[in-house]
Amino acid sequence: MKKSVKKPVLAVGPFHPLQEEMEFFQLTIEGEIVTDIDVRLSYNHRGIEKISEGLQFDQIPFLVSRICGICSASHPLAYVQAVEEIAGVKPPERALYVRTIINEFERIHSHLLWAGLAGHFIGYDTVFMWAWKYREPVLDLLEEITGNRNNYGNVRIGGCREDIPNELIPKILKELDEIEKKTEMLTKAILDDPVLHARLKGVGVLKKEDAIKYAVAGPTARGSGIAIDVRRDDPYAAYADLDWNVITQPEGDVFAKAVVRLLETFESIKMVRQALKKLPGGPVSVEVKEIPPGEAIGRAEAPRGETFHYVRSDGGNRPVRHKARAPSYVNVPSFKASCIGQHISDVTLTLAAVDPCYSCTERMAVLDSGGKVIADYDMLLRLSREKTEHIRKSLGLPKKKMEDLPIG
Amino acid sequence: MNQQELNGKISQIKDRLTAIEQPLPNRVYLSCESENCYSVNKFLFEEVPARFVIATGIDAEDCFEIIYHYSYDQTGCVINLKVFIRDREKPAVESITPFLPAAEWIEREIHDILGIDFINHPNLRRLILADDWPDGVYPMRKEVKK
Repeated sequence: MKKSVKKPVLAVGPFHPLQEEMEFFQLTIEGEIVTDIDVRLSYNHRGIEKISEGLQFDQIPFLVSRICGICSASHPLAYVQAVEEIAGVKPPERALYVRTIINEFERIHSHLLWAGLAGHFIGYDTVFMWAWKYREPVLDLLEEITGNRNNYGNVRIGGCREDIPNELIPKILKELDEIEKKTEMLTKAILDDPVLHARLKGVGVLKKEDAIKYAVAGPTARGSGIAIDVRRDDPYAAYADLDWNVITQPEGDVFAKAVVRLLETFESIKMVRQALKKLPGGPVSVEVKEIPPGEAIGRAEAPRGETFHYVRSDGGNRPVRHKARAPSYVNVPSFKASCIGQHISDVTLTLAAVDPCYSCTERMAVLDSGGKVIADYDMLLRLSREKTEHIRKSLGLPKKKMEDLPIG
Repeated sequence: MNQQELNGKISQIKDRLTAIEQPLPNRVYLSCESENCYSVNKFLFEEVPARFVIATGIDAEDCFEIIYHYSYDQTGCVINLKVFIRDREKPAVESITPFLPAAEWIEREIHDILGIDFINHPNLRRLILADDWPDGVYPMRKEVKK
């Protein structure tokens, strides 16, 4: 016991609760209906907030980009914006545009990743393979710009680390056309599929009043008819200069969340195009010498919702307090509202609909009222797939094969 | 409600606050003592109404601070409510979870890391500390070294 106390896990801070970490959901059921859900997390606590107090201001962006591999542009951006507010620094115009472009690339690849996983959960493995294939070129572009496919580490206090070279713009535009075309086909295939309509509509409904009570963010809120988006409500980077729409759906079910994410992908493509067209010249960073005493918050709209950072400085070269909140921290507890009363074959999907990671649903067990484990992840996945198959048969539709699909 | 009306709304509770600061047009910092924590939070969530974002627990050496962050999305305003808990021996404050379920996790987390008791919290189990973590050691207190 003494040994485990000495480990660096001592420190505290909210890691991103759903990506790459383990979580445990305990469902209590009666018959096949879920009556209670308990979430256990922090199996892999990294103490980011405590570590942050020991690092210098300019080292922290690289730390917080590791809160989540997928949201690794949003966290540093929110942090850097807080520090820039304390220091009264305004980054150069071009840096604001570069930040916008990187963050929208992040949203495109994250939403495609989610679409693939959602397909996998209901037994549409073809969707999984397409979506992940279409995601690849986005990661390649990010690598070409920042040097990394994930954990880009591209923002710094006062601007950006790497610029987007002007000669790369034609290539990005060409790739965007390609990504848009493919996402369009994917979206059409998903939204026109009668099986998916039957499978996803009315499942895992998060009512608007529950969404407010649980203070959810991002596509989870927008899928329940709450039109919030930090990019529009409290514009940062270059978002105020761009013309785009906040996508909302009123239903609150899994289908609504899928529609929000798919349509948002097109808005992101639109934004990147506009930002590239307007990209101003000049440097991408300014020198920041010291951070005065003060406090500020910074926030950014990550693919899963609002990422929020609070920083307090006493004038030294390290923060005295740095708080980070990932969007899943508020989205996950809303399962209490959306999963109770659901059929167990719909639970994997309901949990997946707020865009948690694969590894968390993997750790799910179902208990009967006596506390005995009666189903594990594999069984739940099978149940979910069987339900899709059953709906397909009752609609009298043929089973889709890879070669029947319109996309190469 | 525009920003001016929001400021007017907030000034309705100024007798319960010890400070109102507005360093930027859409950043408001309110301060209050721990006995007014519940009622001011209830006002922000139900009367304004603002969206709860998160709370930050801070060991400020002579007292504990909890900053409740709210967002008023119509104007993009972030309202930060600083609550000062002066009793360092037995720090406690009333839980806001009964009317705001979104605060359940963060109150449990602050209980874990700073040892602040949330009175009337429905479920103050450990959230982020390991099961074998010793009782009475609160990692975000300043006396605990890295």
